[in-house]
Amino acid sequence: MNTMIKPKHQRLVLIILALVALIGAGLLAAYALSKQAAYFYLPSELVAKPPEAGRAVRLGGMVEKGSIKTQTDGVTINFIVKDDKARVPVRFSGITPDLFVEGSGVVAEGRMEGTTFVADNLLAKHDEKYVPREMKNMTSAEAKAVIAETK
Amino acid sequence: MIAELGLAVLWMAAALAVLQLVAGALSLRPATAHLAGVVRPVAILQGVLVACAFAALIWLFLSTDLSVKLVAENSHSAKPFIFKLAGTWGNHEGSMLMWVTIMSLAGGFVALIEKRLPENTLIATLAGQAFVSLGFYAFLLLASNPFERLPEPAPEGAGLNPLLQDIGLAFHPPTLYVGYVGLSIAFSFAVGALVTRDVGPAFARAMRPWVLGAWIFLTLGITAGSYWAYYTLGWGGWWFWDPVENASLMPWLAATALLHSCSVLAARNALRTWTVMLGVVAFSMSMVGTFLVRSGILTSVHAFAVDPTRGSFILALLAIYIGGALLLFGLRASTVTEGARFAVLSRESSLVFNNVMLCGILGIVLVGTLYPLLTEAMGVKVSVGPPYFNPVSAVFAIPMMLVMAVGPVLRWREDKGGRITWQVAVPALVSAVALLAVELLFAPNLLPALGLALAPGLAVASVQPLVGRNLRRTPLPIYGMVIGHLGIAVALFGMASEGAFSTERLAAMNPGDTQQVGPFKVTLQDIGPVAGPNWTALEATVSASYAGGTATILHPQARTFANPPGNRTESALLTRWNGQLYAVLGEEGDDGRWQMRFWWKPFVPMIWYGGALVALGGLLALLGRVARDVKRLVAIDKIAYRRERQGR
Amino acid sequence: MSDPAPKKGPGLAVWLPLGLFAGFLALVIVGLYWPADREVSSAFIGKPLPTFDLPPASDDRPGLATAQFKEGGKPRLLNVFASWCFPCKVEAPQLAALAQQGVEIDGVAIRDRKEDVAGFLKQYGNPFKRIGKDDLSQVQLAIGSSGVPETFVIDGKGIIRYQHIGDIRQEDIPLILRKLAEAQ
Repeated sequence: MNTMIKPKHQRLVLIILALVALIGAGLLAAYALSKQAAYFYLPSELVAKPPEAGRAVRLGGMVEKGSIKTQTDGVTINFIVKDDKARVPVRFSGITPDLFVEGSGVVAEGRMEGTTFVADNLLAKHDEKYVPREMKNMTSAEAKAVIAETK
Repeated sequence: MIAELGLAVLWMAAALAVLQLVAGALSLRPATAHLAGVVRPVAILQGVLVACAFAALIWLFLSTDLSVKLVAENSHSAKPFIFKLAGTWGNHEGSMLMWVTIMSLAGGFVALIEKRLPENTLIATLAGQAFVSLGFYAFLLLASNPFERLPEPAPEGAGLNPLLQDIGLAFHPPTLYVGYVGLSIAFSFAVGALVTRDVGPAFARAMRPWVLGAWIFLTLGITAGSYWAYYTLGWGGWWFWDPVENASLMPWLAATALLHSCSVLAARNALRTWTVMLGVVAFSMSMVGTFLVRSGILTSVHAFAVDPTRGSFILALLAIYIGGALLLFGLRASTVTEGARFAVLSRESSLVFNNVMLCGILGIVLVGTLYPLLTEAMGVKVSVGPPYFNPVSAVFAIPMMLVMAVGPVLRWREDKGGRITWQVAVPALVSAVALLAVELLFAPNLLPALGLALAPGLAVASVQPLVGRNLRRTPLPIYGMVIGHLGIAVALFGMASEGAFSTERLAAMNPGDTQQVGPFKVTLQDIGPVAGPNWTALEATVSASYAGGTATILHPQARTFANPPGNRTESALLTRWNGQLYAVLGEEGDDGRWQMRFWWKPFVPMIWYGGALVALGGLLALLGRVARDVKRLVAIDKIAYRRERQGR
Repeated sequence: MSDPAPKKGPGLAVWLPLGLFAGFLALVIVGLYWPADREVSSAFIGKPLPTFDLPPASDDRPGLATAQFKEGGKPRLLNVFASWCFPCKVEAPQLAALAQQGVEIDGVAIRDRKEDVAGFLKQYGNPFKRIGKDDLSQVQLAIGSSGVPETFVIDGKGIIRYQHIGDIRQEDIPLILRKLAEAQ
């Protein structure tokens, strides 16, 4: 009764359907990207123009010397990420990547909560393409072992 | 010696590919039509030769021949055998050789057994395959020679990245590559059909088993990769929307659409133009994926050692092959006549809807993957992750699954709504009840809630085509469809359950401390050193007891490798029927406490069981069709034989 | 009963896939040949070298100390490398070329063993005047390097003037020379 054989321009209808889906997908993607793409901030940018509360962003900079403090639960750390103009306090709960040390670079993924950046994930800044993966994971314990072997 | 032999054989194979292309192309002209006889044997021989080259490379790795640059950079004499073997393809050049090997073997296989197509279409297909292979041969021989020698043998190899020293490396890349590259056959079929203007049910029936075969492997490869990442990265996640993961998902989405479209074309001679286009698109996505991964244009934890000149080479290949095929499509598609008609409510329509949704997901995954590139060109750095991919793909995936529930029971050509009332009502009811139960009992987030509600309804709907059938006389492909769709429902349940019910516990523990992780009580008993073949590790002994039952011992480790130096966590998993306990050992704090991370993930293995089921469904469908073809050939032979005898 | 369907082609829609692909190509070409700045450059440019005194990493070269950079004189290069680092091997010819042109290069070998460094230098050449052994990457991190290889231009007063991240390619040599000249 309602499922009649389509009129002669079946092909046209199908094409229009495909185009509508394509445009719809495009618009949806554009909208979602504008809302959900995580922008990258340097500390000075974060302080000058903070993102909307709760928006997922990335913060990259240097870990300030002497700033890594482990909390009593043993798994949460507070530290400062800075560049030459600003400092941002960061909190992270979890197992830190091996080359996360004071004085080195880090990229933190997370969001601002008040004045603290709460990080869900830390990336030691060693994912640059030129760095072999070997570099990423040598811990100080290993380096000590290497030295011991040399002696 | 072996290296030189391997290289020589590779050059010979490349030369054969040239011959295959030239002979194939020329045979389409009446004057040189006799050249057609050359094409099939050449294709088979080409496959054999490349396989020999690949075998040579494997030999070099297994014997740790350190005079070969690739072996010196990627292997080590102390590596366990399985990783020496798998290390062959754990690097750019080796995996590229594997790519070419599979392509040639697939082409050879087609030449050997494909007898359904008109001969000239098949020749055009093989010529197309050779044409595409040539680009990759050139890339391999000119820019990524796996057999290059060092001026002096290295004293020892650099070793394999610890992250790759896992059984997953032995399994995941080859499976994935058979899938990726198997789609090249569909590409060549599509090109062949466009060239000889022969797009019809015969074309679809010939192409379908190849698409099915590649698709099965792709499904398995992606499933395996997801599981490998899950247990090896120690983050508890099973899909990260990483560019390299997306690079494998996109061809899968296109191949799934192609598979369904092929069915329509084979059964009803409709969706001709669309099927041909998908044939081109599927392998194009494989090529785009390989480009994204190897060019360094997108950073990812998976990326190979990158080199922009390699990226340029592959980009040129992409431009030639995809551009060329799409150009051919534009020129010839208008000559493809319109297929048979179908009504709004029909099997065909549901498959069209499925295809459109799949392509929608493909599009948004592509856009999301490329978006950082776009913004970087404008100076803004951005990363796109699960907050984008999950909800946006759900917008397409959910309607698609709803239609997937109903499509298989619809009739071809035209159906009436009244006929399928029960088949719609029963799953809908099941899902509604599930949704209510989930909301009342757990109130999880939206997407997991929808998944938990949808999955049981889908499971019921997927077996509905079997209702009312004589189960012993039902053809295998129907079982394949049922199990494939059931697999989707199972995987969906696993994904939703993981999202809704996972609990995590992160704590710094002393030996003797206990934590509660979901229904498990975990106690850290001890931390001590252990050694493996080429690693040393700190191993934690953790006892885990489920709801007060007998304890099981787990051994999460933090492994240290020497060649090359690196660390990797070896997570410990305890699998029950209703979920997995996942344990990771972290670092020792200054106060002597050890960081431990635990997850209880209810029903998470369903994700990969579901994936395996989907692949199984495909396998049943493939076997069913192949069996039918073989029977037909045997029957035809018998009749011909009988006729011949009578004719005497 | 078949109705005579007019052979209505898909029209312009067939060109859509090619059009989309062309757009993709354009985007990617821009991305490949217009590499955006993906490296966070050192905040240490313009700052003096931190104080360090590293033991020798090689038996036939002295170790490396900050004081040596302040001895006045020409700007020099400080190259952070390791024997297990593949791009370091790739840049060895360029370092040799620079050394031949009279540029003085000091090296810092990170997380390495003496015999491996010796092997590396034997195989790929030794352009260094002095090589310091930095087992824990302390000096490396202190000067703002986060990977290997990286090369710094240090002027005659021990101030960091330029940081080159990644291996030095042929086409980078003029740039390095220019930066050295600017640091005079």
